[in-house]
Amino acid sequence: MLVILLTGSFTGMFLALQLFYTLRKFGSEALLGPAIALSLIRELGPVLSALMITGRAGSALTAEIGMMRISEQIDALTAMALNPMRYLIVPNIVAGIIVFPLLTSIFDLIGIYGGYFVGVNLLGVGSGTYFSQMQNFVVMEDIRIGLYKSASFGVIVSWICCYKGFYTGYGAEGVSKSTTEAVVASSILILIWDYFIGSILL
Amino acid sequence: MIDIIDLHKSFDGQKVLNGINLTIAEKELIIIMGKSGGGKSVIIKHIMGLLKADSGNIFIDKIDITKLDVKGLDKIRDKLGVLFQGGALFDSLTVFGNIAFPLREKTKLSKQEIKERVRQALEDVGLKGVGSKYPAELSGGMKKRVALARALITEPHIVLFDEPTTGLDPIISNSIHRLIRATHQKYGYTGIVISHEVPEIFEIADRVAMVFDGVIVETGTPEEIKNSSNPAVRQFITGSLEGPIEFLS
Repeated sequence: MLVILLTGSFTGMFLALQLFYTLRKFGSEALLGPAIALSLIRELGPVLSALMITGRAGSALTAEIGMMRISEQIDALTAMALNPMRYLIVPNIVAGIIVFPLLTSIFDLIGIYGGYFVGVNLLGVGSGTYFSQMQNFVVMEDIRIGLYKSASFGVIVSWICCYKGFYTGYGAEGVSKSTTEAVVASSILILIWDYFIGSILL
Repeated sequence: MIDIIDLHKSFDGQKVLNGINLTIAEKELIIIMGKSGGGKSVIIKHIMGLLKADSGNIFIDKIDITKLDVKGLDKIRDKLGVLFQGGALFDSLTVFGNIAFPLREKTKLSKQEIKERVRQALEDVGLKGVGSKYPAELSGGMKKRVALARALITEPHIVLFDEPTTGLDPIISNSIHRLIRATHQKYGYTGIVISHEVPEIFEIADRVAMVFDGVIVETGTPEEIKNSSNPAVRQFITGSLEGPIEFLS
């Protein structure tokens, strides 16, 4: 949560700086609020929060399942005639579908307030203007798109991290390698899938 | 009864099992011994259905498990209990949770019945009052005992022990051996113990089988094995550096 709060707030803050600079060229500083909100809700919120969660929780998931593999705990489940997928993979994918959108929402919210702090207090945008313009331009469809993206990232990250852990190689080196591969593969796929799902949902 | 017929298995081109033939009678406690890396654990992983043989058959109660799908294998696994080399206790569960796990997942016993069965199982393995501890808080010997309790909790017909005393001191090893013998007498399961702790392990065995070069080179009672004239068996029992078993590979 701390990771999400920190990255969300600073994302909103740097967005305020960069977008204010760009919008001022067109005399449209009043649109800072909706610009930040739309950037966060539709794109940066889902992607950046997914990347942060991958690094923090995805790696831990791969390592945990990998350790279970090398200590034969997964073999023990199989030997008990129990399906390891049911106990290890499915709950994590369901958790990903639920948790990723929740954390993305928090990321978006804290990012919008981070942008407010910089935009209103430091750059002189009107406090009422920041939120009222946001209401004019941000619609439910934008929020839905962001949440769908987020949920799909949850599936991708959970699946890859569980898979890598499940098929980890021998020893500590195997776990370390799987953890690295899981984070890298998840990060790349988040960006690739972001493009495709963005084209579909647009 | 377990019948292993001409079992072959290779890993990345390296032949590990080169035609294993072994028959294990019901309620027998057999020790499979051999040098490290000789394929002993590979044999019992085939019995569990965790590995698929390159060729050969394994019959458990006249059913060829090499031809079964996952559902069929699960029916066979319902008859099995396994003590893995490191215990394979679930880190996120307490000792109580570990032992109760198979009962909770596979039976319809009430909470009270499960509690009583776990209490009895812990008593059988000489561990009382450790139910709330986590595996990380246990010593090596205690982990093996808990793992043994978990392996026996569903009263399996066949119990597989993969090097149950590796890494333990002689006193704890001796106590684990005695525990295996005592539970074997109490529950009457068919037991297969993978071990290279000779001659101590002979005290609990009905029969011993020696694996060398991917085949069973000799089987017999502990006395017959001790008096064997087979060079590989003699070298293994005496721990000699001279003989057909290479110690640098």
